[in-house]
Amino acid sequence: MRDVFIVGIGIHPFGRTDNRSGLQQGEFAVRAALADANLDWSDMQFAFGGSDASGKADTLVTQLGQTTIPFVNVLNGCATGGAALFGAYSAIKSQEFELGIVLGFDKHPRGAFDPRPVDWGLPAWYGEAGMMVTTQFFAIKLRRYMDLFGITPLALARVAEKAYYNGTRAPHAWRRAPVDIDTILNSSMVNDPLTKFMFCSPSEGGVALVLASEKKARELVRADVRLKAVAMRSRPPGSFEVFAPAIEIDRGPSTTMVASKAAFEMAGIGPHDIDVAQLQDTESGAEIMHMAENGFCADGQQEAWLAEGRSRLDGMLPINTDGGCLACGEPIGASGLRQVYENVVQLRGAGGARQVTRKLRTAYSHVYGAPGVSAVVILAC
Amino acid sequence: MRLMGGRERSSGRLAFPLPDDPESFDPAEMPRQGYLWSFTVQRIGPKSPPYRGDPPFAPFAVGYVELPGALIIESRLTNVAFGRLYIGMPMELTALPLYTDVDGTLVLTYAFRPQEPARS
Repeated sequence: MRDVFIVGIGIHPFGRTDNRSGLQQGEFAVRAALADANLDWSDMQFAFGGSDASGKADTLVTQLGQTTIPFVNVLNGCATGGAALFGAYSAIKSQEFELGIVLGFDKHPRGAFDPRPVDWGLPAWYGEAGMMVTTQFFAIKLRRYMDLFGITPLALARVAEKAYYNGTRAPHAWRRAPVDIDTILNSSMVNDPLTKFMFCSPSEGGVALVLASEKKARELVRADVRLKAVAMRSRPPGSFEVFAPAIEIDRGPSTTMVASKAAFEMAGIGPHDIDVAQLQDTESGAEIMHMAENGFCADGQQEAWLAEGRSRLDGMLPINTDGGCLACGEPIGASGLRQVYENVVQLRGAGGARQVTRKLRTAYSHVYGAPGVSAVVILAC
Repeated sequence: MRLMGGRERSSGRLAFPLPDDPESFDPAEMPRQGYLWSFTVQRIGPKSPPYRGDPPFAPFAVGYVELPGALIIESRLTNVAFGRLYIGMPMELTALPLYTDVDGTLVLTYAFRPQEPARS
């Protein structure tokens, strides 16, 4: 099987950047990724890119160069970056192209997202009644999970404390100050059992990745990080996902479980082979539930994992090494690519103060969002 | 008050709300009683639009109620102190005033409340 390589990475710092649009943050990331790959825009044979709410990626050819390459705009909610990467990966794997770029960016206003029911195939009353709120979904899913598997609020706080600690060590993170367990537990309740510091916020940022065929990567002397799997899945029957007026009693797997299983099969490895992971942490409980849904532990084992620090930077499976969504915020179009960016940094050993010191060979990333879409990327070096 | 879902003719699968597709779905009335499946409290007012609750905002409970033999339905929860909610709590269908329309009409939505002890 032909592998696809990541030969350049670029990021625009996440958080709030006044006077710079989402598109401009995307452009910044593209230029950084090209510089990292030691390539020019004119070397790119295609591009896949998108934002959820901040403009059309392909308009950037005005700034980057009108080289007439195919530039596909992607709009896939929280999986926008994952879908763009899936497109680019497939384009090279099919041998149609040898070198291309993926980008994702966004710039959201403050406060929670405000989706419109009609855009999601839902009746107006669903929003009018106050149920079109993503944070409710995570809290409701989590409440049941905690009840079934004995997860405590302390475990939720430990996830957040770890995220803010890791964020202090990541230059691209938004939240750069540590927050202690008591402050997290005692901050205002947003959606019970989740407090303010257990939730990520919409933010801004951009990420770009340059992808190459094995032949091209060797020419560039950059054949170090390879894509072993890119799997993207939509929701299966019986799953419980964001914006669901009803769930079937006869339950099925989650979208995440389906995407994870497909990615592991594609890569030919299992959860125990993964050295570092970035998991969707829209809130603390999401990281906990996604640890099990992605196969890294059994349901309920997270309590002990967190108490023993197994997912910290010096643990057996470091999770969200740059502070994840909790510390970086969530610019929807860029978030999934940030996870891949962070994994490339870790595999290259370029993480500085947040570098996992153990030798890393594999890295896993998982993104999840409405209306039940997930993308999983596995890297190896 | 009745809660209407739909049953897909080809597969027999239930859906809620009733899809606007009379070719494929027959109306199916949902059971009026069930058990609380999970819940949270909305402490911050949802963005308007789409939210249309009359101001001032007061925190409300929301969750899913398992209706045996049918579906697990998302719903506002009412007539209950937040601290009394628990997974498995017997619930029943009721109506809840949501907002006053421009012409003064009081618009209701469905909700679930704890079953009366005598009926549970």
